[in-house]
Amino acid sequence: MQDLDKIVAEATAAFDAVADPAELEQVKARYLGRQGALTERLKTLGKLAPEERRELGARINAAKDRIEAALAARRQALAGAKLEARLAEEALDVTLPGRGLARGGLHPASRTLERIERLFRSAGFDVADGPEIETDFHNFTALNTPEDHPARSMHDTFYVAGAKPGQVLLRTHTSPIQIRYMQAHVARHRHLPTMPEIRIIAPGRVYRVDSDATHSPMFHQVEGLWVGEDVSFADLKGVLTDFLRNFYEDDSVRTRFRPSFFPFTEPSAEVDMTCVFCHGTGCRVCGQTGWLEVAGSGEVHPNVLRHCGIDPERYIGFAFGMGPDRMTMLRYGIDDLRLFYEGDLRFLQQFV
Amino acid sequence: MKFPESWLRTLVDPRLSTRQLATTLTMAGIEVDALEPVAPPFSKVVVAKVLEVARHPNADKLTLCRVDAGEEAPRSIVCGAPNVKAGMKAPCALVGAELPGDLKIKAAKVRGVESEGMLCSARELGLSEDHSGILALPDDAPVGEDYRKYARLDDALFTLKLTPNRGDCLSLLGIAREVSILTGAELGEPPLAPVAHSIDDVREIRLPAAEGCPRYCGRIIRGVNARAPTPAWMVERLERAGLRSISAIVDVTNYVMLELGQPLHAFDDARIDGAIVVRWAERGEKLVLINGKEHALEPDILMIADERKALALAGIMGGLESEISLDTTDVFLEAAFFDPRAIAGRPRRLNMTSDASYRFERGVDPGVTVRAMERGTELIVALCGGKAGPISETRDGARMPARRPVPLRTGRAAKILGVRLGDEDIARVLGQLKLAFERGPDGFTVHPPTHRFDLEIEEDLVEEVARVHGYDNIPTRAPSARVAMLPQPEERRSLWQLKHALCDREYFEVIAYSFVDAAWEADFAGNAAPIAVENPIAAQMSVMRSSLIGGLVGVLRHNLARQVDRVRVFESGRAFLRTDAPPDEAHPATAVAGYDQPRRIAGLAFGAARAEQWGEKPRPVDFYDVKGDVEALVAPLRARFVPAPHPALHPGRSARIELDGRPLGWLGELHPKWVQKYELTAPAVVFELDLDPLLEVPLPRYAQVSRFPAVVRDLAVVVGEEVAAQAMLEALAEGKPGVVRDVKLFDLYRGPGVEKGRKSLAFRVVMQDTARTLTDSEVEAAMAHLTGILVSRFGGKLRS
Repeated sequence: MQDLDKIVAEATAAFDAVADPAELEQVKARYLGRQGALTERLKTLGKLAPEERRELGARINAAKDRIEAALAARRQALAGAKLEARLAEEALDVTLPGRGLARGGLHPASRTLERIERLFRSAGFDVADGPEIETDFHNFTALNTPEDHPARSMHDTFYVAGAKPGQVLLRTHTSPIQIRYMQAHVARHRHLPTMPEIRIIAPGRVYRVDSDATHSPMFHQVEGLWVGEDVSFADLKGVLTDFLRNFYEDDSVRTRFRPSFFPFTEPSAEVDMTCVFCHGTGCRVCGQTGWLEVAGSGEVHPNVLRHCGIDPERYIGFAFGMGPDRMTMLRYGIDDLRLFYEGDLRFLQQFV
Repeated sequence: MKFPESWLRTLVDPRLSTRQLATTLTMAGIEVDALEPVAPPFSKVVVAKVLEVARHPNADKLTLCRVDAGEEAPRSIVCGAPNVKAGMKAPCALVGAELPGDLKIKAAKVRGVESEGMLCSARELGLSEDHSGILALPDDAPVGEDYRKYARLDDALFTLKLTPNRGDCLSLLGIAREVSILTGAELGEPPLAPVAHSIDDVREIRLPAAEGCPRYCGRIIRGVNARAPTPAWMVERLERAGLRSISAIVDVTNYVMLELGQPLHAFDDARIDGAIVVRWAERGEKLVLINGKEHALEPDILMIADERKALALAGIMGGLESEISLDTTDVFLEAAFFDPRAIAGRPRRLNMTSDASYRFERGVDPGVTVRAMERGTELIVALCGGKAGPISETRDGARMPARRPVPLRTGRAAKILGVRLGDEDIARVLGQLKLAFERGPDGFTVHPPTHRFDLEIEEDLVEEVARVHGYDNIPTRAPSARVAMLPQPEERRSLWQLKHALCDREYFEVIAYSFVDAAWEADFAGNAAPIAVENPIAAQMSVMRSSLIGGLVGVLRHNLARQVDRVRVFESGRAFLRTDAPPDEAHPATAVAGYDQPRRIAGLAFGAARAEQWGEKPRPVDFYDVKGDVEALVAPLRARFVPAPHPALHPGRSARIELDGRPLGWLGELHPKWVQKYELTAPAVVFELDLDPLLEVPLPRYAQVSRFPAVVRDLAVVVGEEVAAQAMLEALAEGKPGVVRDVKLFDLYRGPGVEKGRKSLAFRVVMQDTARTLTDSEVEAAMAHLTGILVSRFGGKLRS
């Protein structure tokens, strides 16, 4: 019965020699087909004695099983190889750049404004807005800066032509939003025994007749206002210090409040913070002083509250104004304000 | 206000270094804006006398000098200055001297001749830019004395940035007073030796405008020598305070102004006819001023006049005719108090500010008038000789500024500042401030001095208390407040969300000026009469924009000029239009009468649709790319696009965008004529939308998701080119049977099989019911219905 083993060995070798699945099926027929070697042997069984027939039949069937197993193994090997080849063929250069739109980006000053809004919102400040063509009344008079007040020379004002001379202007600061907000707030809550607190910031564009590397005729400001029954100068120091530390993400930032003058606050203060570059030791950016001027602030002047229908004996609070453009320059190390208003993509693409 | 430290220290001399003094002032609200040395450091420079000048044996342009530097033997020094001559005195740097710019002086041979030092120019000592020759010193300069000491160069220049409320610090006396308060150092008074009158000549003074000028002092000084030199010490102080020496009499008036804060004016007495009259100007009255310009005046301008003519603008500037000259022999000296309200604003209006007007606008101490007159007389007589008449003074006591008593409640001060303060704390600070006060039941009544115009209400005093107490000593307190959440309405989105949506579609945000070139308004907004700025800084920034498109085109041009040829940018900001609608204070856009200031959001795309890449065929960005951006920006709202012309846009590629039937904005390709005029290399696609309507968004509403299979059928029709796809889609959406869930346009075809002038549109119809599977007959009926709409309404022919 050597020849059965031989047939199995032959078949296995024949299968392994085939590289193509269709050819494999043809080779299979040579051994397992109707005229295949094993079938031929099975046909001879009839001539044998029953015992021999049983024994030989079992052996032939075993050989058939082995051949079928070899066939299956070969089929799987060939399918695997085919898959491998396909996978190899389908391989991509995954290092090629991705397709489709990339991302644009916010203007760096907007990044700052959005951060400022988030930080103040987290402390319960709402965001207010106001017109940019403003009346002289809201921009100056209601802010305790009557006509001919020397403080008006601190603001070189753009006036709108065709209006009553000097009455309509481009707002020189965001402070008139204070006035509009307080007036509306008072009207809205007139029926209540106690006026709810006012806690807002008001970002926006402002305009002054000025233009050089550090001044633009149009720039941004953020006004802040908190008025309630007991909102003191100490609170002002607390809020601005907290804000600056969070904005610059640096708890070592220190602030310095210096007496100053604004017609619409009393007492008034300039706010300095330790220089973000040298941390107070003195460098070129801070003019060797270690300090950077970042905001004007103070307790809201009683005349301003009265103009808005608020009793200054009962309610007090603070206001501040700061320059997000300069804060942006300090945060990202930008050295020329003019870049902000040119729209140069080589500049803007750095702020994706 | 600029002054040398040495002058201040003659009046008050606290035990503080220069830098400490500057910090003390700054922290008290008297901001030191600049602090600089009079001269940079240098050493071993002495006053020397040139004894002999001989030619250098080996060089034409050099001289060989024998110089007496106060030593036993003269030195031999080679000099290249053209002005060196025997007998002159000049600063001499000795061997071993260190000069500015790291220059070390060594003994050296210059062209073969030994030189033992250097005669110095002003520039070599860092004193000025003058390098025309060596610095000539006066004949009486002591030879051998250290030059720094001789020229008092170890001095610092303070420049103050004074706030408008502190007019009282516009003088050395005022600053000294402040330093004394802040440091406790004793205040010395400026010297004063009044000159008794030696002649009896007087001029009558009339004050018909006493509300503007309640106090006026005048005095005649006869027989002065106006050509007398100003002494070096005075020139030095004036120059270090930033004023040029002009002539002795003018210098004295300036000196007294710096010293005491009271501006003086000197008239040529010979040019005055009769009495001095301080009155309001007559309308249209003219006066030629010392700057040579003639001004026509308004009746709110205060004048100094005589009985026949105008002489000067009170407190602002003198007239040319009565100006003193070098030939003047008789002077009429004026020291007056002008009410700040009578001066304020006028210098700016007349475009003519002066050191005097700057002070009068902020308030000059009405208590110092006579003293300044005495000081001025003393100095003029000392420098120029002459005999002084008596001071004639007219004064309207009732019109003098009243310093009303101001209450100061301890509790109020503590509440405003957020500090614990007791009566004794405040009394101590008031004492330090030298403010007179009385005590009352809940605090104090304070009597401000005549020089403090800024102490009018309680809060002013609270600031004074805080200032002296020290802002640094007020606690930095984390405020406590009721915790209440801010409303976050879900049906309102923020501008930030819109901005980020555009950033996600590759747009970069720009910020352009709100004032633009008038041509932009005409071209891009068809606006021939834009809102103009009265005083623009440049012609191309002279009108307010009514559209953001111009700014975006400007940005495009800026980038094209810098070889950036793919541009996607957007801006959000206000546009400015005129309106007759009554103002509505509830909205910023309409709060100011006559103007509509809506917020807009606008974008521009130019160049390739995709950034340079390897994977897709490059193509330029087109209308539909940007329309997709706009649709994404507006979503979940849905806008309609209606063909309509716009001045900025290609008439066939321009759409008015509508939201709920109301105009929202525009989308289109820039008109070819603007592409040409603005030198763009290809058309740009732009959009501009009103912002506020985009911020209101609906809350999502759930609709049941069907568990039954959907049936999808396509429907292609051929229609005329003129039929708008949107109209067909809207008609289908409106008339569709209930089983139709969605109709989408998925193909547009022109070409073989479709006759010219017509186009084929193919729609994909999705049908589904939430309760059951649709039957074939329902599907067929729905499709027939939709087909019927297209055929009957748009003349469509089914395409097989």
